[in-house]
Amino acid sequence: MTKITPEMVREHGLSDAEYARILELMGREPSFVELGIFSVMWSEHCSYKSTRAHLKKLPTKAPWVIQGPGENAGVIDIGDGDACIFKMESHNHPSFIEPYQGAATGVGGIMRDVFTMGARPIAMMNALRFGEPSHPKTRHLVSGVVSGIGGYGNCMGVPTVGGEVNFHKSYNGNILVNAMCVGLARQDKIFLSAAKGAGNPVVYIGSKTGRDGIHGATMASAEFDDASEEKRPTVQVGDPFTEKLLLEACLELMATDAIIAIQDMGAAGLTSSSAEMGDKGGSGIELDLDKVPQREINMTAYEMMLSESQERMLAVLKPGREAQAEAIFKKWELDFAVIGITTDTSRLVVKHKGAVVADMPITALSDEAPVYERPYTERAPLTGEPVFDKKKNVLESLKTILASPDMASRRWVWEQYDHTVMADTVQVPGGDAAVVRVHGTQKALAITTDVSPRYCRPDPFEGGKQAVAEAWRNLTAVGATPLAVTDNLNYGNPQKPEIMWEIVAGIDGIGAACRALDFPVIGGNCSLYNETNGEGILPTPAIGGVGLMKDVSKMATVAFKRSGDVIILIGETKGHLGQSIYLREIEGKEEGTAPKVDLGLEKKHGDFVRGLIEAGRVDTVHDLSDGGLLVAIAEMAMPRGIGANIGIAGLPDDIPFWFGEDQARYCLAAPFAEAEKIVEE
Amino acid sequence: MKSAVIVFPASNCDRDAKVALEEMTGKTPAMVWHQGSELPDVDLVVLPGGFSYGDYLRCGAMASQSNVMREVKRHADKGGKVLGICNGFQVLTESHLLPGALMRNAALKFVCKPVGLEVSETQSAFTRKYENGQRVTFPVAHGEGSYFADDETLDRLEGENRVAFRYAKGENPNGSARDIAGILSEKRNVLGLMPHPERVVDKVLGGTDGRALFQSLIENLT
Repeated sequence: MTKITPEMVREHGLSDAEYARILELMGREPSFVELGIFSVMWSEHCSYKSTRAHLKKLPTKAPWVIQGPGENAGVIDIGDGDACIFKMESHNHPSFIEPYQGAATGVGGIMRDVFTMGARPIAMMNALRFGEPSHPKTRHLVSGVVSGIGGYGNCMGVPTVGGEVNFHKSYNGNILVNAMCVGLARQDKIFLSAAKGAGNPVVYIGSKTGRDGIHGATMASAEFDDASEEKRPTVQVGDPFTEKLLLEACLELMATDAIIAIQDMGAAGLTSSSAEMGDKGGSGIELDLDKVPQREINMTAYEMMLSESQERMLAVLKPGREAQAEAIFKKWELDFAVIGITTDTSRLVVKHKGAVVADMPITALSDEAPVYERPYTERAPLTGEPVFDKKKNVLESLKTILASPDMASRRWVWEQYDHTVMADTVQVPGGDAAVVRVHGTQKALAITTDVSPRYCRPDPFEGGKQAVAEAWRNLTAVGATPLAVTDNLNYGNPQKPEIMWEIVAGIDGIGAACRALDFPVIGGNCSLYNETNGEGILPTPAIGGVGLMKDVSKMATVAFKRSGDVIILIGETKGHLGQSIYLREIEGKEEGTAPKVDLGLEKKHGDFVRGLIEAGRVDTVHDLSDGGLLVAIAEMAMPRGIGANIGIAGLPDDIPFWFGEDQARYCLAAPFAEAEKIVEE
Repeated sequence: MKSAVIVFPASNCDRDAKVALEEMTGKTPAMVWHQGSELPDVDLVVLPGGFSYGDYLRCGAMASQSNVMREVKRHADKGGKVLGICNGFQVLTESHLLPGALMRNAALKFVCKPVGLEVSETQSAFTRKYENGQRVTFPVAHGEGSYFADDETLDRLEGENRVAFRYAKGENPNGSARDIAGILSEKRNVLGLMPHPERVVDKVLGGTDGRALFQSLIENLT
């Protein structure tokens, strides 16, 4: 047997203390395969060891929450026996190394998380962050990521209905690719991953296993340096065609009652899927790797256990149902193999070529995985009012802002995504939130992704609050009732106390806003170590929000619809310019404090606006965010070429008034008589 | 009117076609799996959009060799109606039920957007409910929709009034020769087009210009 050396331990990303813990848990030196299994299961990516203690503080419950965090995706009740299943996940590191495949497999992975629970995916969103447009790598990365997302999603026939694309120098060496999938299922047909009971067949379905993506989860848990591109072989290669077949085959199998548990093989492949299923079901799992469908010859047990080949699932069936399941997968021309059995030992046992290559307690991989309360220190707060030239021409500044990389139209991106397939997309990208009808009903789901990283750097707490509030506001602005969120927390190295503070304060801010707005977190993903050569990204806790609209015909959009409508501003404008788009694009400064979010006002104003939309009294609404009031009005005017006359006495050149980014504000347009009544209320 | 929708592996507009046919005809079409070697007795066969066989090799190339396509050819030879949308159009050219080929978009990018079209031929079972020259808007969603054929074929298509839809002036999204968006077969019983009429039969989705295509078929076939 291979002797484990300190070098091997280090190469597996395990600290000396962690290895000592492994020795204690095992009561002996681990085998090489076992070391590999520990390395991925205890990686930041799989174990959440730096964030777990803090994530517990997030609100996760509400009467409409069917499944909170801990499963492949969260589930909410959307009435009439329907459930909405969704989650957002990052694929940052692979996308930087190989943008097309990294982004494509990110899309594929999050779709599997959703359909493994029994849902048909109905919409995709994404939150993308790139370096400066002038950086030599940016063009290549943008074009690769966008075509990767399109290449996978378009082939799957799931509409990609929106998202965010932003640019900032802090992402020059570490882009962010966060993909969100929303699916629909019946509440009585939701599948979980708990492999309950002993003696049940463990089956492997989907693509064959190859050597791709070995140690992807470990790579995603380390900082980058200039040699990172040498890690290209750890990026997986996606095949959306196989995934489409896998989706249809799984849904067909799920229509029967043959399945006890099912889980996709994502990060750490066969290892994490088997360990997690055994852990949740309180059972053991025994695998025979000789039975695993293999794409390459002479694969070792280590390679098979750690491969991240895509488009694979692991399921536990009721005994005797193998033939029924196999027939379905044969029809779809996919691999199907019984590769193991559940046991009552609570151990993960792996056999290969007649030998036991791993035999370990499953709890050592889950409950016993390390949890760190890492030290954190608050960065000195930024103080002082931002200085700006008060004489600048307001309309000229507006033009500059509208043409800036962060604010210009994203049509060139979303036209590369099929956003109308499935014939239920009611609001296409470009509005405040995407709206997708629940097939065959009058109901619809509104979906958005939001975060303003420039607020999160000076004030991670307010920035976290603001990300949630903006998501809530965007859902409200189309007329939906916000129901729940998934969070994708992208930060730097948690072992640096200031970064850890960004994480802790960010989670606290998200928690505070979710509690106040009744907007629970039902799942998510953490991506840490987003640093290159020691430089961290802006803290970027992306929030994916989902809301429900009972009657899609009442939906509001941002576009002005009639000349003569009166424009109404809801919410107070103090003119907060700190960290604003105006300051950055016009003055070239990233200064000042982030705007404060008054969650009470958010709720009050949002509920009022939603009431107006639901009552059919307004159909033109835009939330105020990046760029402030004047940018919002311009965005409402441009879609149909309807102008606006907005001379305000005494404020013609007041830059903070027009461009300030105060929160809890909406802009509405309504015919005069209706507008008069609204203003009175 | 009785209809069937062919389902290839990774067809993905099969449900959209089914829903549109249900909405327009009040009847559920038969969904026919690609390995099927028999077609039910129907008036119309729809080849839906998608990425049949992953678009590997060439779009539509593998689907054209499938069992079910032999039956579709037989159906067309007997004068039965065939409608190929997007990937379905690609399958039809690969199967030689329609002339020409669909190449990568001129901009080398997938494109999804509503596009203005001109109905350039109304003497067909698919287009008779439109006005000649009528301007309609259908969405497109494809990476390989640039219609190509040699000049002789293009002249012939135009001379025989077999160009059913053209991209309106300035709207050609993919570089198609002579702005061709959809063409008819010699016997005018097969129509292939890149834009998606089945995505514009429901007002909530922003347009109903596709309804007349299905109404034309219903009037012709019932």
